[in-house]
Amino acid sequence: MLKTEELQINIGPQHPSTHGVFRLMATVDGETVVHLEPVFGYLHRNHEQLGEIWTYLQTITITDRLDYFNSMINEHGYCMTVEKLASIEVPERAEYIRVIMSELSRILNHAAAIGFWLQDMGSWGTTLMFGFRQREMIMDIFESVGGSRMMCNYMRFGGVARDLTPNLVEQINLFLEGFPQFIDDFERLMMENEILLARSRNVGVLPKELAAAYSVTGPVIRGSGIPYDIRRAEPYSIYDRFAFDIPVGSVGDVYDRFLVRMEEMRQSHRILRQAMEQLPQASGSYINQAYKAASKQQGLRLPAGEAYCRVESPKGELGYYIVSNGGNSAYRYGIRAPSLINLTALNDMCRGYTVADIVVILGSIDIVMGEVDR
Amino acid sequence: MMSKAPKDYDNMTDEEVQLELEQEGVLLSSVNKLYNWGRRSSVWPLGFGLACCAIEMISASASRYDIARFGSELFRASPRQADCMIVSGTVTKKMVPQIVRLYNQMPEPKWVISMGACATSGGPFRDGYNVVRGIDLYIPVDVYVPGCPPRPEALLHSLITVQEQIDREKIKKVRWYQKGTAVEFPVPEFGAKGLVVAGIPGVADPVGGVPQMMPFVSPALGGQGERHTDPAVLEGNVPKGLVAEIREGRAGTNLLEEHHAAT
Amino acid sequence: MPLLNQGELRALLERELPGALDPTRPVNRYGNVEATHQLEVEDQASDTMGDTSPPPATGDAAAERQADVVDKEEPSVPPLSQDDAVVRAERLPDVAAFLRDRLGYDYLSRVTAVDYPAYGLIEVVYHFYRIEGGPGQIVRVRVPRDNAVIPSITPMWPGANLEERVCYDLFGVHFPGHPYHKRIYMWDEFEGHPMRKDFEKIGDSYYHFKWKGEGGEE
Repeated sequence: MLKTEELQINIGPQHPSTHGVFRLMATVDGETVVHLEPVFGYLHRNHEQLGEIWTYLQTITITDRLDYFNSMINEHGYCMTVEKLASIEVPERAEYIRVIMSELSRILNHAAAIGFWLQDMGSWGTTLMFGFRQREMIMDIFESVGGSRMMCNYMRFGGVARDLTPNLVEQINLFLEGFPQFIDDFERLMMENEILLARSRNVGVLPKELAAAYSVTGPVIRGSGIPYDIRRAEPYSIYDRFAFDIPVGSVGDVYDRFLVRMEEMRQSHRILRQAMEQLPQASGSYINQAYKAASKQQGLRLPAGEAYCRVESPKGELGYYIVSNGGNSAYRYGIRAPSLINLTALNDMCRGYTVADIVVILGSIDIVMGEVDR
Repeated sequence: MMSKAPKDYDNMTDEEVQLELEQEGVLLSSVNKLYNWGRRSSVWPLGFGLACCAIEMISASASRYDIARFGSELFRASPRQADCMIVSGTVTKKMVPQIVRLYNQMPEPKWVISMGACATSGGPFRDGYNVVRGIDLYIPVDVYVPGCPPRPEALLHSLITVQEQIDREKIKKVRWYQKGTAVEFPVPEFGAKGLVVAGIPGVADPVGGVPQMMPFVSPALGGQGERHTDPAVLEGNVPKGLVAEIREGRAGTNLLEEHHAAT
Repeated sequence: MPLLNQGELRALLERELPGALDPTRPVNRYGNVEATHQLEVEDQASDTMGDTSPPPATGDAAAERQADVVDKEEPSVPPLSQDDAVVRAERLPDVAAFLRDRLGYDYLSRVTAVDYPAYGLIEVVYHFYRIEGGPGQIVRVRVPRDNAVIPSITPMWPGANLEERVCYDLFGVHFPGHPYHKRIYMWDEFEGHPMRKDFEKIGDSYYHFKWKGEGGEE
């Protein structure tokens, strides 16, 4: 057996396949990865500190920038935490609107994530355009309700900022009608693709036991065969009213995570269909009238205490931890970022595979640096 | 028949000279145009995303907005092949050395678009301890784009603005054909209290403090790689108490410590 | 396995792991006010809290009285939770193992540090959940700010790896036993822990404006 020497190579922070400013120190033996050390902090923009400086209402705007692919779910989690601490009731209609926006966000995120992942794999451009076409449609809806494409700033304590207009309901229904066709097309295009199968089957395997120990969440843990989803494990909002399945993988490889994401988009579509049907019967206004005035929310003082709330973001379990001292800004504002904790398992997933597999495995975790570094 | 009066080229603006020369069919004018036409039609950006704005940058290059209409669809992975750096997102103190290094590695001619509020001034995150208050403190910026994040249309507009700037360039005057060596911008180093920049005494950009240096003059304003000297440009950019001290010509000393000692 | 509330968890820990719970009551630095007022507060505190833990073994009467003052004077400091399971730093790995192996809380959601300069301590909060669902458990560790050392639980719960590094980098809590005990966000040469409350931040001085309560976006 020939003795070989280990070599350290540096990937990033400026690299087209690291999904932002992420750096990897890989120790390789020939083509095989021996050890992988992620280096963080290139986008550490002190999110948690700003949450302590700004008022509770202002902080909604930076939760948008946490995981900039799904601003709606970030806001949802944050508003839920404040509402839990301040005991603010949310009207039924507002809950429906929140669920609709959250699920649209999930579709948006998964469509883009799969596009990026396939781009990393070599299908330069085409699949990303597929994903981005759906994303643009949803962004038009978000722009209508929130006024901004990416940073919607739509949710408020006790509801949402604006009601859904009949036009918008029509627009969402129109999108939902066309969406299954997209999924079918996409599946026909990609599922049986020889290159995709060769590069993703049995690559980056994360066994079931390791997945739980590493606290990974989202499609990564479900791809490993554990049906862990906050919408089921600790139902929040009105998710207990909808029928949906939690897809799980069997092997825990990169391909399983891809399948889980595809199926989750279908399930989100299912939830959206139910929510849009039930929306007209929902009682109440789009916001708790007592908290409607924005100025009132700006001066909102929470009772002293603490709250921890979790929501199921497309990346995994997103948690907000707020300690209040009775003032109008948080004493401590902490975030459990799924992207960051999912990266704990990166080294174990990549060890033994080739350097070219690193980007595929990293793409399958679906990280967003805004959330990893905060 | 009157004889033609000799032209007073020294007192004419560049546009007038060019127009005049064009009328007389002087080759220089055509070369200038040809050069600028070639450059403006293929501004290749560096494929370099920092944060949220990078997603809008990708949107701009996707099918709906299609940046290829402006000749900029080739996002190069290597700075050696790129013409334009789109600083798309929040610049943190840990990232700034790589950005300056990438900028230094880009061959001339090169342009910088500062995309979004964060890259321009620090944006919503500017009061964080780890965020750089504008990339123009480290490299000169040609075009600033407001927005958080700017819409893809805004990015396209900034690209058109770069093209207009290229149209106005004169071969004889552009900085990369001047005598002397090319300007290498100092790469900041990590210090115990913040970033240390060559030529700036003390901690140039302390963590949790305000930067102790002036931004670079934009090449669009005639900057050749030098910093602003008029402290007025800093107004609104630092706490009020510090502006007076900078006005007194003490910029560059460790104002942060003195400020703390005074208060 | 049954679901536990925080009181039951405390009782269980006291029975099964003697000495694991931290009996000391933190002293608020601002609690040192007029004596009459202090006594009043003390009475309230001992009434409402049901006080199962012994008083701190300082021997100093004044300090003992202060020990029960739970921040009524200084509204800018949140009161520390007294009902939750607060464990001694050195026993944390035992408690974590107990939660996982005996009680079935097999999923570590979050490790967070909170800085309380007023009490002179840093609180590290661990959120445990179950994979099959349901509410979770909170375990707290309180360590002095100037000597914040907590044994790492990363060897047992690999999921705590990066969160502990964040706590070290931003709050200066040391985790002996961590496999890669280095800064995560700031660079290695950097000194100081920026998320601590007393870290100098000149920048935020002009974000402290008061909202007038006028207008709004709608």
